[in-house]
Formats: sequence, C-alpha cells, structure tokens
Amino acid sequence: MAKVTVDGIEVEVPNGASVLQACEAAGKEIPRFCYHERLSVAGNCRMCLVEVEKAPKPVASCAYPVMDGMKVFTDTPVVRNARRGVMEFLLINHPLDCPICDQGGECDLQDQAYAYGSDRSRYQEPKRAVKDKDIGPLIKTVMTRCIQCTRCVRFSAEVAGTPELGGTNRGENLEIGTYVEKALTSELSGNLIDICPVGALTSRPYAYVSRPWELKKTDSIDVLDAVGANIRVDARGPEVLRIIPRVNEAVNEEWMADRGRFSFDGLKRRRLDRPWVRKDGKLTPATWPEAFAAIANRLSALPGERIGAVAGALADAESTIALKDLMAAYGSANLDCRDDFAAIDASRPDFWRFNTTIAGIDEADALLIIGCDVRREAPVLNARIRKRWTAGGFPVGFVGPRGVDLTYPAQHLGGNLAALEGSAFLETLKAARKPMLILGRGALQRPDGAAVLAAAWKIAAETGMLTPDWHGFNLLHLFGGQAGALELGFVPGQGGKDLKAMLAGGVDAMWLLNADGFDPARIPAGTFVIYQGHHGDAMAARADVILPGAAYTEKDATWVNTEGRAQRGRLAIFPPGEAKEDWRIIRAFSEGVGKTLPYADADALRARLAEASAVFSRVGEVARGGCTDATGPAGDAGAVNTMAFALPIPVYHLADVISRASDVMAQCAAVYGPAPALAAE
Amino acid sequence: MALADKDRIFTNLYGAQPWNLEAARRRGNWDGTAGIIAKGRDWIVEEMKSSGLRGRGGAGFPTGMKWSFMPKQSDGRPSYLVVNCDESEPGTCKDRDIVRHDPHTLIEGCLLAAFGMGAHAAYIYIRGEFYNESVVLQAAIDEAYEAGLLGRNAAGSGWDFDLYLHRGAGAYICGEETALIESLEGKKGMPRLKPPFPAAVGLYGCPTTVNNVETIAVVPTILRRGASWFSSFGRPKNSGTKLFCIQGHVNKPCNVEEEMSIPMRELIERHAGGVRGGWDNLLCVIPGGSSTPLLPKHICDDVLMDFDALREHKSGLGTAAVIVMDKSTDIIKAIARLAAFYKHESCGQCTPCREGMGWQMRLMNRMVEGNAEIEEIDLLENVTRRIEGNTICALADGGVWPVQGLIRHFRPLMEERIMAYKARHTRMAAE
Repeated sequence: MAKVTVDGIEVEVPNGASVLQACEAAGKEIPRFCYHERLSVAGNCRMCLVEVEKAPKPVASCAYPVMDGMKVFTDTPVVRNARRGVMEFLLINHPLDCPICDQGGECDLQDQAYAYGSDRSRYQEPKRAVKDKDIGPLIKTVMTRCIQCTRCVRFSAEVAGTPELGGTNRGENLEIGTYVEKALTSELSGNLIDICPVGALTSRPYAYVSRPWELKKTDSIDVLDAVGANIRVDARGPEVLRIIPRVNEAVNEEWMADRGRFSFDGLKRRRLDRPWVRKDGKLTPATWPEAFAAIANRLSALPGERIGAVAGALADAESTIALKDLMAAYGSANLDCRDDFAAIDASRPDFWRFNTTIAGIDEADALLIIGCDVRREAPVLNARIRKRWTAGGFPVGFVGPRGVDLTYPAQHLGGNLAALEGSAFLETLKAARKPMLILGRGALQRPDGAAVLAAAWKIAAETGMLTPDWHGFNLLHLFGGQAGALELGFVPGQGGKDLKAMLAGGVDAMWLLNADGFDPARIPAGTFVIYQGHHGDAMAARADVILPGAAYTEKDATWVNTEGRAQRGRLAIFPPGEAKEDWRIIRAFSEGVGKTLPYADADALRARLAEASAVFSRVGEVARGGCTDATGPAGDAGAVNTMAFALPIPVYHLADVISRASDVMAQCAAVYGPAPALAAE
Repeated sequence: MALADKDRIFTNLYGAQPWNLEAARRRGNWDGTAGIIAKGRDWIVEEMKSSGLRGRGGAGFPTGMKWSFMPKQSDGRPSYLVVNCDESEPGTCKDRDIVRHDPHTLIEGCLLAAFGMGAHAAYIYIRGEFYNESVVLQAAIDEAYEAGLLGRNAAGSGWDFDLYLHRGAGAYICGEETALIESLEGKKGMPRLKPPFPAAVGLYGCPTTVNNVETIAVVPTILRRGASWFSSFGRPKNSGTKLFCIQGHVNKPCNVEEEMSIPMRELIERHAGGVRGGWDNLLCVIPGGSSTPLLPKHICDDVLMDFDALREHKSGLGTAAVIVMDKSTDIIKAIARLAAFYKHESCGQCTPCREGMGWQMRLMNRMVEGNAEIEEIDLLENVTRRIEGNTICALADGGVWPVQGLIRHFRPLMEERIMAYKARHTRMAAE
C-alpha cells in the first residue's frame, strides 16, 4: 500500500494504482474523457491533469502511478487552467448542436463543460467538419462531434475482440473509423454507444426519439440470452424506447449484447394483444371468458395423463411454477421445459448449471468449449472469457464446426467429441489447476444429446474439473427462461411423458407457455393446443386457443440465468391490449375451473417459488461450490456419434420471437448474415 | 579559439574522403575497439558520465546517466539500443552528414554503446526521406559485418552484436523516442505515456535506450581519447564538441564541428562567412532548430552557443541548427510557416496539441496579414500557454515556443502590422 496525500487528505491505495484512483479514494472527482476503468489507459484527453509535488509539469492522473508519500493537488490554479484549456480545445472544433444531439442530457462533454467551460468561445476560425461513417444499422455516427478519446477503438480491440476501429490521419485530421467503410461485426457493438463520452456514436434506432429526462427507467434483466445481463429499460408511455446495461460485476460487468439491446422494437410488432379461439378451423378474436371456457371444456373431457405442458425459452419462473401447479391439479405429470429437445439430465442441478459461474472464469486456467459458439450464444460471457484470455496463460480448445471466430485464439480440436480421443489438449486440461469446460445447449439438441452430455461430464471428471472446491463443468443455455424452468423441475414427473412422447401422440391437449422452440408441424393434427405467449410467431398460428401474455419488459418476473442466479425484472410498460401478466392468466384460469392455485398475489407466489427451489430464496446471488458427487448424468458416454456439432443459432439477430419481430434485427440480419428463411405464417 | 583540426571527431564530415571501411580505418575508426570493450561495461558508462556528454538530439539529457538507467542484470528480457536517425527538425542536417560521409563512427559507436548498456542488438531508425543515406549506411553495416566488426564476437571483443537499419515513413513525430519505438514495432507513431520510461519498458516491452546519431557517433572518440579530453571543451556542464548547422541568411551556409559554448557571433562569422549584408543586417536567429524560440540581434551579439546560456535567454540549444534571418525577413510569416509545420506534424493524440496547433496556425496566418485585433496577440499567447506542458510528448511545447518567442521579441512589429491592416481597410471602406 502507498500513502498518498490528495489536497491534504491522506489515503492509502494499493501499489500500482493510478493517481486518479487515489484521488477518487480521497473523494475528489477528476474529470476525464478517455479514461475508462475497463479499458487500457490512453492518457490522451488530458482532462484529468493534476499537480504532483516535484513534478515539473501537470501529470495525467489516469496514467501516473502512485508513489509512497506522494502529494497530489487537484485544485490549484495550474490544474484549473490546464483543465479549462483542455475543455476549450475540445470545444473549439466540437459542433454546437447539443439541441439536436441524442447524447444531450447524458453527455460527458456537456456535463464537464458546466464545470470547466466558458460561456463564450474565443475561437473565431472555421470549425472542423468530419465525414460521417456508416458502421452498420445499429450505430449512428456524427463524427464531427468526436473528441478522439479512442475509447471506442480500445473497446473494440480489447473487450469485443474485433479490432475494426482505429484512427486514420494525424493531428487535427485524425478521424476514427474503420478505414475501409464496413459494418462492425461485433455482437457487443451497442456498448460503443455507452462508452462514447460524446454524441459521436449514438443509437441509430433511438435517433431523435427522446431525451433521457423524459424516460421512465426500470431495472430489469435481459432474457434474450442466458447470461441474464442486468439492464435498464427506458420507456415513455406505452413504449420501450431503449435498453441499456446496468453494472453487475458478477454477471455482465457493464456490457450487454446487441440482440438484447436493440430488439425491443419487436415488442411493438406481431403482438398477441387479445385472446383468440379457433372456430371452424379458423382463429377468431375472442374474449378472455370465451378463451378460458374453450380450454376448460376441452381439458375437463380429458384424463390428466392426456394433458401436457411445455415451457419455452422466454417463460418466466412465476408462470412456469403456476403452470406446473395447474398441471398437478389436473393430475398430469406431462411436463417439459426442453422445447428444443436438448437432452438435459434434470436429476441434479450441476448437470445443467454454469457451475464455475461467470465471475469464476477469471480464476480458470484452461478452457474446453464443446459445440458452442459462445460469441453468438452469449456475447457478454464471451467477452469475459476473452478478458481471462487477455490476462494470459489460458489455453482454449474448441470442439465444433470449423471457422468459428470466438475473438480469441482457440485450438480447433475437431468437429465432434470422438476427435478428442487421445488429444494433447486433454493433457493441457489435466495439467491445469482450474480447468473448465463449456458445453453448449445446442450440442444436446442432437439425437445423441444424452450421450454428449455424459461424454462431456466424463471429460470433466477425467481432466480434474470436478473437485470438492472447483466445479469446471458448465452448461451454457441459450435463453433467459430455460434455466429457471429446470430449477423448478418442469420436467416429466412420475410416469410423465416428455416432449417427444407428447408429440408422438402421447397427449390430446398441450399447454405451450412461450414454447416456440420446435416445429409446430410436429404436433399431431388432433391435438388441442393452447398457446400462451406474447408474439404471433409460428407456434401461435398452430394454436387452438391463444392466451396473450406479457413480454419480459411488461411484467414483474424472476429469471434464472445459466449460472442458476435468480434475478428479478420489473414491469417497465404494461402489456398491450388485453394481454395479461402470464402467471395471473394461469391463476385466473385455475380459479375458473375450480382448481384455484394457492397464491393470490405476487408475494405468495414468490414464497411458492422459494419453496420449489432454493435459488429463488437468494435472488441476485449464486451458490458456488465444488463438485461433491462426480457421478455422471444418465446417458451413455460411449454412444456419441461422429456427426459434427451444428450450432443452434444460425442467425444471431433472429434467434428468438422478439427479435424475429424486430425491424432493427431484420436489418442486421440482412447486413450481417444470409437471408433468413421465412417463418411459416 | 576555434576547434583545432586534431580535435575533430567527424573528420570526414564533408565527404572529402570515401565513407567506406578502409578509409574510415585510416581515419582512426575501429581502432582498438576490442580493447575498449575489454575495459568493461562500468568503465564505459563511468567514462561517458565524466565526459559530460549531453544528448545531441535536442533535450540535452546527460548520456552517461541515461545509460546507467539500463538494468545491470537481465530479468530474462533482452536490452536494446535504438539510434534515432529520424532527423526531421527543420534546419537540422547534422545526422544526415554523419550517416552519408562518416557512417563507421556511428556503427562503431553503436557497438560500444550497446555494450555499455548490455544490449546485443541495436536498431537504427532512419528517416524515410533519407533514401540515399540509408543505402550508404546499409552498405557500411554490411561491410562491417563482412569484416567481422558486427555479428558474433563483434570486432573480436567477445560481445555478440547485431545492428539493424529500419526506414521510417516520414513523420516528424517519429523522432520522439517513444513514438519512434511504436513506429519501429510497426504501429502508428504516437508517443507513449511515461512512466514507464523506455529504460524499463521500451521496444517490444524490453529495456531500451534511444540515443541520437550524433550522441552515439561521438562515443568511440570519447572513449579512445578520454573523458577529460572531451570535457576540456566548452563550459562546465556543456562540454564537448558539437555539430552546428548554420543556414539562412549567411554567406556560406555549412555544417561545422565546433567547441561548445562558442559565441554565436563567432560561430556565424568564422564558419558561415557572416550574415548577409553584415552583422548589423541581422534580424534574429533561431539557435537550435525550428522548435527553439528565436533570439533577436541584441541577444545574438554576445550569447554563447550552449545549453545553459541559451536557456537563460528562454531559448535552447536544441539540435544546434542555427537559422539566421536578416532584416529582409518577414519574421511573422516565417514563424507562421513553422506553426503550419507543427500543426501538420501533430500526431493528434492529445487534445491540446491536436486542437491547439490548428488554432495557433490560423491565428498566426491572420497575424501575417495583420487581419486581427491587438487583443488577439494576447489570445495567441494564452493559447500557446494552454498547450504548453499539458501533453504526452514535447512536440506541442516545441510547436508553441517559436510563437512565444515571436511575441516576446517582436510584439511591436505584430501590432504595427495589425494597425497597418486596419488603416488600409478603413481607408478602403471610406473610399
């Protein structure tokens, strides 16, 4: 530790800390533009200058290491003059277009100009204008506003791992851009908007939409991948206008993925905003009582074992437990939450959790990725892996299709698990102190999924990943609702049928809760289908009764991320039309058929959740531990076939029902990928 | 007292003899190199310290002390010597002559200096525009390799030493030591933050010392003739001989090796044939390359050419490129041209330099016409003060000093020009 005196206040900071950190420890705010605590230090904006005793010139506090006994002054005439100078220089070529700038109100330059700027300009010469760059459908550029802090350059090179941005020319003519104009290929590109201290990089879909002070800000959870990034939903009236990340060091640090950030315009399109009932083979608008009556009529005629329920990718924990309880009341054990047919062994939580935890990646020292394009399935988690890789000493092996760019070098070990036989990489894993393995949920969707799971577990066991104080086996889910349903045991009960058995004629009626994961054509013709969800995607078209539910921004709901961390999202806007919060739909229905579920309000329901699984009693936390039982899952590890792994998300931007309804995501898909096959409507 | 011929280090500065190894040997280069190395690393560094040699690239940092910052014991990383031959300071052309006419003084210096700092490899970063010079230098290096003076057991000293030549791409900023290192690594030439200093983390992350060509080229002679010989020239703390580049409005512009602390007037009159039209026709002198503030005639009359004397007059020795301007000069326009140069060469990293240099240039351009207000001279001065000292490297400082010098010494002229412009334009408006 080093003792530093900042403006007479003595603080102790670790050796190697910067003067800026010492100043912050002393409670002194240091203005900055280029400095960002998650990026390398550039020291080029010169806004954070402070005086250090015995230094001949003011020093950039972000880059200057502390020394024991150092005396720092943050408020001297020299410092103030230097900061005013820097501010003046930044403003001489910065356009005075704050009234039409989308950064207005949350602009670092604007804020700091209040403290260090002048109310008039001494600059009489012509101002600089810079040509705007087209860097894709998500980010709008107004390069004249750029203050060349290079945060975006460092973010894309260091965090995103797609070094596409850089500076061309020099001096006054320095421009940030891609050199050859192109759309940025990162799945984390939206973070550039947050990281840009001025209005040079702003959200294209949000352009000219709103001012930050007009927005109602609601804390929520991103459910469009299984990381569970903490987000803030900004809404005005009935509309979500933007989504930005919140800081959660254990989950997403301060990043979020593009699909979660930009697909919210899908919340306004193709919505199910009223109940529908199929009459004479045609879906017709109905009232809630009519819809409930149609379901009650059908279900009352069936024995419990002929009724099934499926929970899908975007089902929240509340509605899942309500549906499970309803099915129990009907005497049905035909439950399944694996609507993508992933052969997950639900008998023990560590078979389906990301046991190492996301923060635990920082400790790992070798990684094997199996059948999982982490970059597209969980971009934020991939950035965490990249961060660990950047720190050095982190060999990564990859089993899956060739040509997957994870943004860090991964040794391609083969297309399937058979290729791992005798691979030298296994020795690397064995030699590592804390090796880990990430198994993609997509790899379990194959016919031999159970065998893949067992084989992956076997590798984990054999390479020392399963010890009493380290759990290196990780399953990476794809969406925010998947882990929660597993925690709640939404799987076939005693004598119950799984999804395959249900589709093979095992049931006469199916209640699909946000279940869009399989092809509706597989449902036998005579099966009565109740679809409860928020988007009129392919599955809704097959339904006999449609119950309009709420999307994740429209309800107070609990979500479990891939680690088994329960997190709560809050209602930002109300569901459209007659759509209702999902658990209330099920509760209301249960009341109508005389099987009233024993929870009338959210508190009672949450108590029920906590009773069903311990994860819901420690919201926001995750129980991390070693592996106490190395017994593997049920599958036969030897039965793995030699088919190469296919990746479950063919087009990143169109992976879920919300993004498929989103215009912005459609544009992205057109720019970044092959044209998608049209969903059967 | 002019420097005697026997005391010249650069005996072939004018290219009267061939540059090749044979001729160089006859001039005394490569004589007893192995013997000097045999005296050991510490002896070399001590000798350099006591010679009082200060870096010849402009900043004047004591060379021996700089070398002593290099790690004595390697932590596994190699050490590097980098020779800065990116001579781009307007007015300076000394390294160029060393490289094209006396390359072996430099090559031998590289070996001795590298040994002195424990480096087995050295890089010479030569300015891209010096194409012919790079050809000569490469040929000289090849020759030295063939003669066993470089490579394994260089010059029979038992020290393995490799020397590489790298051509720059023509950016002034790449003469700044850390920008040079970045450029040498293949990156954009932008100065690095210090600390860490290159002696700790330099080229490829290894301990590195960056020295000017002239600094390195004088090393063999200093070590051969002894530190006390070298320090016998010039005033204390400003010792040695120095190459001066005298140009501008003089009768015979030239490069010349002279004793430090020689009076400026003597330097100009003895070697450059005096100021065009006589000493009294002198307007001002930029004493040390374009980035040092100019000195008006009354200071030039008796100022000494060394670090400290020029510092006293708020200028500097810099690279000792003496730019002489007589009374025919439009000094405002001359300085405006320098402002344009520094605006063009700013790397664009730091805000004050990136934005301020353009502002300064535009203000200066108006000053040339006189199309300004008197108060704007104060604005200009204030802008330069806000740039100075607030950036990563010294380019910004060097870019504002000429303008500060102009305002310090020629403010009445600037005011006069503004008044004349006003008078002209009010008359035109009245007509």
